[in-house]
Amino acid sequence: MLWSYRHSGTRKSWFNINTRELSEVVVIGSTASLKDEEEFTDILEERRRTTDLGYALRTFNPQPYKGAPYSSTSDLKKAVLESQYLRYIIALETGSSVEKVRQEARGILEEMSHNLQLGFIRLMAYTVNKVFKRLFRSIYVNMEGLNMLQQAIQESPVILMPNHRSYVDFLIVSFILFTYDIPIPVIAAGIPLASMKVVGEILRRSGAFFIRRAIGSDKLYWAVLSEYVRTIVRTGCAPLEFYVEGFRSRTLKSVVPKLGMMDMVLEPYFKGEVFDITLVPISISYDRVVEESLLALELLGVPKPKESTTGLFKASRVLQEDYGCMHVNFGRPLSVRQLCEGKINRSEYNLIPRDLPQRPSTEIQDCVNWVAHLIVRTQEEGSLISPWSLMACLLLQAPITTLTEEGLQWHGLTEKTLWLRKLVLDFRGRLNWPAHTPDSDVMSSTVALHHSIVHHKAGRVCLVQDGDPASQDPLSPEEGVMRTAAAVLMLVSYRNQALHVFVRPGILATAIHITKSTQKDELFSFFCFLRDVFANEFIFIPGRASQDFDEACSLLQKCGAVHMSEQEVTVLETGLEVLSFLQKLLQPFLDSYQLIFRYLCENGAHVFTEKQFLPAVQNLATKLILSGDLHTFEVLSSDTQKNVLSALRRLEAVTKLRVNNNILSIADPYFFGKYIAIDVLLMTEIMNKRAL
Amino acid sequence: MCHTFPALTSDRSSRICSLLYKHGSSMASNSSGSDSSDRQRIAQQRLSVIAGHLQRPVEGNSGILAAECKAQGDKLDVSSERRTVPRRRQEIMKWNGWGYSDSKFLYNKKGQAEFTGKRYRLSGMIIPGLREWMESTFGANLQHKTPAAPILNSSAVQPPTLNEAFLKELKSTGIPFSHDAEDRVFRSHGHCLHEIFALREGKIGRVPDLVVWPNCHNDVVKIVELACKHNVCLMPYGGGTSVSSALECPPEETRSIVSLDTSQMNRILWIDEKNLTAHVEAGIVGQDLERLLNESGYCTGHEPDSMEFSSLGGWVATRASGMKKNIYGNIEDLVVHIKMVTPQGVIEKSCQGPRMSTGPDVHHFIMGSEGTLGVVTEVTMKIRPMPEYQKYGSVVFPNFEMGVACLREVARQRCAPASIRLMDNEQFKFGHALKPQVSSIFTSFLDGLKKFYITKFKGFDPNRLCVATLLFEGDREKVLQHEKQVYDIAAKFGGLAAGEDNGQRGYMLTFVIAYLRDLGMDYYVIGESFETSVPWDRVLDICRNVKARIVRECKDKGVQFPPLSTCRVTQTYDAGACVYFYFAFNYRGLSDPVHVYEQVEHAAREEILANGGSLSHHHGVGKLRKEWMRETISSVGMGMLKSVKDYVDPNNIFGNRNLL
Repeated sequence: MLWSYRHSGTRKSWFNINTRELSEVVVIGSTASLKDEEEFTDILEERRRTTDLGYALRTFNPQPYKGAPYSSTSDLKKAVLESQYLRYIIALETGSSVEKVRQEARGILEEMSHNLQLGFIRLMAYTVNKVFKRLFRSIYVNMEGLNMLQQAIQESPVILMPNHRSYVDFLIVSFILFTYDIPIPVIAAGIPLASMKVVGEILRRSGAFFIRRAIGSDKLYWAVLSEYVRTIVRTGCAPLEFYVEGFRSRTLKSVVPKLGMMDMVLEPYFKGEVFDITLVPISISYDRVVEESLLALELLGVPKPKESTTGLFKASRVLQEDYGCMHVNFGRPLSVRQLCEGKINRSEYNLIPRDLPQRPSTEIQDCVNWVAHLIVRTQEEGSLISPWSLMACLLLQAPITTLTEEGLQWHGLTEKTLWLRKLVLDFRGRLNWPAHTPDSDVMSSTVALHHSIVHHKAGRVCLVQDGDPASQDPLSPEEGVMRTAAAVLMLVSYRNQALHVFVRPGILATAIHITKSTQKDELFSFFCFLRDVFANEFIFIPGRASQDFDEACSLLQKCGAVHMSEQEVTVLETGLEVLSFLQKLLQPFLDSYQLIFRYLCENGAHVFTEKQFLPAVQNLATKLILSGDLHTFEVLSSDTQKNVLSALRRLEAVTKLRVNNNILSIADPYFFGKYIAIDVLLMTEIMNKRAL
Repeated sequence: MCHTFPALTSDRSSRICSLLYKHGSSMASNSSGSDSSDRQRIAQQRLSVIAGHLQRPVEGNSGILAAECKAQGDKLDVSSERRTVPRRRQEIMKWNGWGYSDSKFLYNKKGQAEFTGKRYRLSGMIIPGLREWMESTFGANLQHKTPAAPILNSSAVQPPTLNEAFLKELKSTGIPFSHDAEDRVFRSHGHCLHEIFALREGKIGRVPDLVVWPNCHNDVVKIVELACKHNVCLMPYGGGTSVSSALECPPEETRSIVSLDTSQMNRILWIDEKNLTAHVEAGIVGQDLERLLNESGYCTGHEPDSMEFSSLGGWVATRASGMKKNIYGNIEDLVVHIKMVTPQGVIEKSCQGPRMSTGPDVHHFIMGSEGTLGVVTEVTMKIRPMPEYQKYGSVVFPNFEMGVACLREVARQRCAPASIRLMDNEQFKFGHALKPQVSSIFTSFLDGLKKFYITKFKGFDPNRLCVATLLFEGDREKVLQHEKQVYDIAAKFGGLAAGEDNGQRGYMLTFVIAYLRDLGMDYYVIGESFETSVPWDRVLDICRNVKARIVRECKDKGVQFPPLSTCRVTQTYDAGACVYFYFAFNYRGLSDPVHVYEQVEHAAREEILANGGSLSHHHGVGKLRKEWMRETISSVGMGMLKSVKDYVDPNNIFGNRNLL
């Protein structure tokens, strides 16, 4: 009350933000901030009651960032082009005249630049509103988060950081912000969207700006892009929205964050050009993802259709389907200043003109990496787990033949799902379980919603496989594997939505299972080893191994699976069910990694192209599946394969070489032989131990 | 003080007099009753000063040596008896606040702010806007007072730890000294917030055990020799205006601490009109130096905000900067020759060449040494003929960004006037609140019209606009030409000329701000200023970030009311600027306000450093900012300074522990 006693409007607004609240959030990692009774409001409910046109033409009068001078799109472009940074880079480009390079820079900027216009926001809102009403039963938004966002936007430049699970969510944030009178963000999008006829332009005018996919070493492009992004942040002319995961996750699992944009976004803070930056993690969760079947096919190597306007219209048949509900959870605003406190020393920028490019120190790089991971973890913690995800976890633990042939007993599945529900709550996951509805109804309506994946008949649940099962065309065994894989991978992606709750205790369960040890030290070192190996698969905040371990321990203890003492972790009789569930949950990952490791060890050739590698692994896996030696289909997923390679590169067991122009050549025989040996030995150890 | 010497008043009376003090000429021509009593008082004062010179030192009776000093000086000394600072500072100055005892702000019975005394232009005036400003800015309330302890309780002062052998030999030299509690307390502090706050509460920590008043260089040589011989800790004391905890006695010091007060070494020894230099004893305070030089038609032009009380030796020891440095330069540009007494002997150069290539300049070991190496006793300084014409000015800008851009352009064109300062919006309002009551309806009408023109007609937002104050100096024609050039540049940045009055008041603010702090402290408001220097491209960022940091830290530390967090750009250089921050808050509801204050100031300094600002532009390091020295000058740099200290003062006789 006292703090807002001020004449000057600029000062007054500062004191509305509650910094203490912000600082609490910095300590996350344990979903501690979760409130069970968080209020979600269905924003479609009101939309269904009013006219679309009236909605689109509503008065829109948001409160902008306090320091933001009015800047139009052309002002923004001008500021970028005339920036000292860009002039410096342009002067460095040799080979052609300065004027030519400047022209080129202008061209890049034109291609990139957003052209946010209120009129198009209205058009977008009108269209999106119509589409969403068709697709979804409800769109739930947490109002508290929106209120915090509204406050935050007035205090410092805001970065909106949603996860990206579907094309549908591209405009959802803008749509919500328009509805609630909050400044519309500019959104970083992939360039393919821009090339869509008409739609590209509409997106551009709705605030999208477009970034090329493979920028590589194009210095000028980097310069234009980074200056563009920094100028937006620096001036705070609009909130900036981007996907820290870099792209849409095909597996519905969080993707290890990309740091390029994150770097650019944080730099104005590091260089002192803004007092603070607010990061708002946004978790978008779907009951059912619109492009579920496309995703699975894509992962198996069927190329994704190019983004095109006609494609979009063709896809309009998806409008006939029911996709259940969508949850948009606006996380607590995080102050970059508070996040970085004590982690970095900003004075490293003191000795070079700020407008000139400067390679950040490892300290800064680590901090950016840490922040990016933190955001993704926060997104995970903010996302809601649907009953269907729980069922997917369980279905995948059944033998594949049961799923494809006789089916799983409905009764058993129900019982087990309810058991899992309790475990999720114990693990402080956010569950989206409809209240005031009998559990059996929840279960059956869930299965009904996902009729494209499973069907429930005569007390049993079976996997739906694509194509007509009664078809006379006999499939080859390999084709059969792929067909099943497509269905399984769909299931896998829904399981993945729940994975983040189980990963840490799951790794501990795996460590207990493999090492058979009760010594905390030993378990911890194995826990760290697994955490390290799977760091491309799951999101672990760097440098928090011991916190992760403690979290895993406390969760397992909480659900009565283990008993902890100072030195020891003892498995309790009552905990076997939990431990075995967790261990089985992660088994596919272990199996996949082992298979690929084995392939790399046993394969004589140490240099190969990525193009050879992926099909080779797929072939090997298919063979093993057919022979019954491999029980997971996940290794068939290109995502898994890529993750393994990234992990091995990170562990310096494999190097990536660029030979000629675009042939990617991987692995260095000497290197591989020398370094991976250690890891493989450990992996072999795992296999051996399991055999015991 | 001008009014003390009616005879002196002429058209060429110094700027500081015209700015600060009531104009002498009006006094001289005025023969009202109060004035004649003034004269009486002045006459008495002069007599007592003269008597003081004739008197033997209080303790010890071999005054010959001291007299020798004086006698030697008296021949050349231009006007030896007109000195501001007596040996017993308590005769004219506050013991627990800023400046003269007779000058202070208070709220009168009507609840109006007024400034007492007769020394300053503002003296005796009502300041109608101040109360509302204080109430609305800090949430202060006249009902909630925090009065200071009225008198210095000598029994609260620790008895002195005296080194008897030292004392005995000191007595034999005839150099005056004292271990009176008041004398010691006066020399135990500067003007940091925590120092004044403690005094107001009657809390007195470690104070010097003895005060000595050398009269000349040779006296200092003797004192230093004795101190070395008897291992006594010496702490030089000049004007006592430090804001870096430089005068705080190190609590860990177990030796007897002797405060070496240079205030009586205050003569101009000679003026060299051919080379335009003056040789001056280092204890002279700024106002005396300027006044005395003015009498001969000269000035140094060195005018730090503290110039009423700060001393030449102090300027050298802290690398001081004056507001007119654009014309005259900072202290390092002004000194030609320095004499310093160190435990290893006297250091000085052999000639007065204007520039030398003789290895690293040893003057730069002395300048900024903050009393850790020795005592500066005599300085030869450049002097200039007094300027023929002075003119104030001011420019209003629509916002701070435009103002900074204008200053940058002025610096780029190297056409900065003697002084150019840019105040932010809060400080503009602050300055406005200090407007004295206007006597005529016409003036207030004009003010209203001006305000209307700027805010309504020109569309300046009263909550964003800011003002630059200007001071031009030189011959009349050039000043007018220069003025036009600067106003033309300002116009390009949306600046509107806003009159001489505003400019002059802006400069006045810097002299009365310290008095204002005492008023604030009477009503739960504490605050301080601090400064930095920063490259041009970071000026705006540092201003915004440091102000915001202060506000955020206050909030986090439980301060109940938003603080005053304001800044101004006070100096321009080719490659950057000096930025000054004021920070004050209402501490009601805080159990340890000084601690909170210190935490916030610490955070603000961290912010300054993180934003590319320097540790200090001219306040120095003292003990307050020591912790950042290593990162500021690197470990090797520290080693260099350390090795100089180890050579010059191996036994740490000059043990104030500043800087390193």
